[in-house]
Parts: sequence; C-alpha cells; structure tokens
Amino acid sequence: MASFATTAQEHEDTHNEEAAEEAFDPTELIDHHTKDSHEFHIVGSVSMPLPVILWTDNGLVTFMSSAFHHDEEGKVVVERNGMKFVRVHDEIYYTNADGGVTYDEEHHPTNERPLNFSITKNVFTLMLTSILMLVIFIPVARSYKRNERAPKGLAAFMEPLVVFVRDDIAKPNIGEKKYEKFMPYLLTVFFLIWIGNLFGLIPFFPFQGTLTNDIIFTGVLATITFLITIFNGNKHYWGHIFATPGVPKWLLPIMIPVEVLGMFTKPFALMIRLFANITAGHIIILSLVSLIFIFKSVAVAPISIAFSLFMYVLELLVAALQAYVFTLLSALFIGQAVEAHH
Amino acid sequence: MKVTHPESLIFWSIIVFIILFVLLRKYAWKPILGAVKSREASINKALDTAEEARKELQNLQADNEKLLKEARAERDAMIKEAREIKDKMITDAKGQAQVEADKMIQQARQSIDSEKQAALADLKNQVASLSVEIAEKVIKRELSSNDRQLKLVDDMLDEVTLN
Repeated sequence: MASFATTAQEHEDTHNEEAAEEAFDPTELIDHHTKDSHEFHIVGSVSMPLPVILWTDNGLVTFMSSAFHHDEEGKVVVERNGMKFVRVHDEIYYTNADGGVTYDEEHHPTNERPLNFSITKNVFTLMLTSILMLVIFIPVARSYKRNERAPKGLAAFMEPLVVFVRDDIAKPNIGEKKYEKFMPYLLTVFFLIWIGNLFGLIPFFPFQGTLTNDIIFTGVLATITFLITIFNGNKHYWGHIFATPGVPKWLLPIMIPVEVLGMFTKPFALMIRLFANITAGHIIILSLVSLIFIFKSVAVAPISIAFSLFMYVLELLVAALQAYVFTLLSALFIGQAVEAHH
Repeated sequence: MKVTHPESLIFWSIIVFIILFVLLRKYAWKPILGAVKSREASINKALDTAEEARKELQNLQADNEKLLKEARAERDAMIKEAREIKDKMITDAKGQAQVEADKMIQQARQSIDSEKQAALADLKNQVASLSVEIAEKVIKRELSSNDRQLKLVDDMLDEVTLN
C-alpha cells in the first residue's frame, strides 16, 4: 500500500516536472488530435509507422514514417534516392542547400516540397473504414441469396438502415422514378460518413482517426455530390440557372451569377457542415479533458469527465445525424437537378 | 488549423471512394436493394392474394347464405304448396264423395220410386182384376133370374130421371 502511494507520488512528481519543463498547451494538444499525421499514435510513445509516398523530382520515393523518429522540427534528415527530406509539422520538405530548413518571419518553412501521397492516419482510417464496410455489407448481401425470407442477424440490423436511406432520404427527395440510380451513392456516403464518424469516437487504436474532421475528405465527398448533380442536371435544372423562369430579361445578368454561385455554395455548405460539426465535437471533448491539466487539479476531473461523457453521447447522435444530413442534402440537390418540369 | 499535404488525402479519398463505391454497388447495394424490393413485392403479392382469398371467401359465404336462403324459401314454398295440394285434395275428395253420395241417394230414391210405382201399378191391376171378378160374380148372380133382370132395368130407369 505504502509502495503504491510512493509510486503515485513519484508519478505525480515526474508529471509536475514535465509540466514545469514545458507548459501545457491545450491548443497544441487539440491540434495534434484533430489533424492528419504520418504516424498512428497508439499509446504513450508507441506509434504505428505509416508508409510515406513521395512524388519527387526524381520519381517515386517510399519509406516508412518511422525513418523520421517522430521528429516534426526538421532535425532528422532522411536520405533516399540521393534526395534529403525533413519533416516540419507534418509536412515533408526537401532540405535546403545547407541540409536544413529555411523559415520565413512567421516561422513557416520556405523549402520546396515534393508531392506527398503518403498513407497518412486519415488515409489509413479511410481504408480501414472501407474494409469494414465491405466486410459488413458483402456478407449481408450474400445472406439474401441463402435466405429469401425475413432477414436475420446482421442483415436484420442493416436492412432497416438501408430501407431508411431509400424510403426517407432518396424517395422523397429524388422521386419514385429516378431514385434507384442514385441509391448506391447515397448508401455508400451515408454509411461511410456514419462509420467514419463512429470510428473517430472510439478512443483507441486502430480507430481514433476521424475522417470527417478533415476538411479535405468532406470536400472530396461534397465535390462528388456536386459532380453527380451537374452531370445529372436536366434541361429544367440548367434552365433554372441560366434563364430563371419568371425573371425579367434585364435582371438575368444579376441572376445568372447568383444562381451559378448557388451551384457552388450548396456543396461548399455540405463540406463545411460535416467538417465543422465533427471537429467541433472533438474539440469540445478535448477541451473538457484539457481543463484538468489547465487547472492542474484532480478535482476538476469529475466535472470534466461528466461533461465529456455527455458530449460523447451527443457525438454519437451527431455521428448519425451528420451522416443523415449529408445524405439528405445530397439527395435533395440531386433531386433538384433531376426533377421533372412541373 | 493548418491543412498539410492536401494532395495525399484528395488522391486517396478519390481512389478509395471509387473502389469502395464500385465494390459495394456491385456486391452489396444491388443485391440488398434487389432482395428487399423483391421481398416487398412478394409480401405485397401475398397480401393481395390473401385479400382476394378473403373476398372470395366472403363471396362464397354470401353465395352460400343466398343459396341457403333460396333453399329455405323453396322448401317453404314446397311445404306450402304441398299443404295446399293436400287441402285441395281433401276438399276435392270431400266434394266428390258428396256428389257420389248424392248421386247414390238420388239413384236409390229413384229406384225406390220406380219400385213403388211398379208395386202400385201391380196393386192397381190386381185390384182392377179383383173388382172385375167380383163384378162378374155379382152381375152373374144378379142376372140369374128374369125378375132380377127386370128389377134392375126398373131401378136403373128410376135412376135415370127425366129432367
């Protein structure tokens, strides 16, 4: 008992020392947890290295991110194919002539950088999510071949969700006649976002990474919705943009830019909404946990944990809600593009 | 929040999403949606069939009811008719019997009458012949002597008074 207390005391001491060494910076912690990375942090100082894939001036260069030894300050130089690379805050640069990093006044590196196609944490999470989806849905689909009666097992759980997407998202927004063509896209997006969101809420390896708090990923999804919208837009849709019915001719020079802008604001809103909702949730949870370290008091922990728990439960709802909203709005935009003239 | 190396996630997102989409569409969504749709169709069909069967049963029941009603009405009509026939037969029989009886009585009466007439006629004949025999005997005795013949003529002449 005594030894345990001593250990605890020691632990606290070391912690205090660490805290003294470098002041706790919640912004950095939150940034670290919400942004992409070349490594997958597991626990403590243990990380899973991920492949770095660079398209350099001399062609493709690949190596594991462990080559940087967790360095983010440009101190470790990795030499491959006669080129030297350093990593500064998750970005990989060529070294300058001195073999180091040149910074501008705002402490941003000014070095050239190769195109980076690394399997980062978010890419890894995306792949994992995709594999999970395949593992879930392909057997579900197979089960229908064996069982033509009421669904059983996993199929019984997934089918209402699929039917929900069909009956409550696709049909009312796209219309009975045309919805079928867009069902695969809507289902893929719905489950990818939902499972992706849920992955982010599982706080241990190999989940942890949140696809949907990366604006790039939400941007890609929004762009796909946008492309589907414009490629399926019928005469009526384009007519509405370039010759808005019921608007006097002389107003068209104003209306056309507004309508064209409207085409882009819709997917833009999709991108921001999903990104912001998920990121905000994560930031709140991380902030609540950070409070313990800001106040340097265990007494804050119960409050922090209670609020975090509340936020977690809320996030569970938001995870499904945002998947629903994204899919619903995608269906709505597609519906507007394909709707028959009335 | 600074976005680093956007090209990696853009590139992989597109590639992974397309692969995922193609695989899921072919091996998951189409079979699932197809199965759900065909099951819905079969459920609807089954319900329709059940509804139809129910209606048919109802019709059948109604038909049965109708048939039963008709049969009952027919039976009632038949009973009624039979009763009527019976009554009529009885009445007819009664009437006929009456007529027959009347006829028989009539015949009997007639035969009695004719017997009576015959008897009377016979009686008259016998009485007449008896009278004639008596008269003959009386006359024979009266006219047996001249005196008596003369007396008779006298009497008769007396009787025939000149008026």
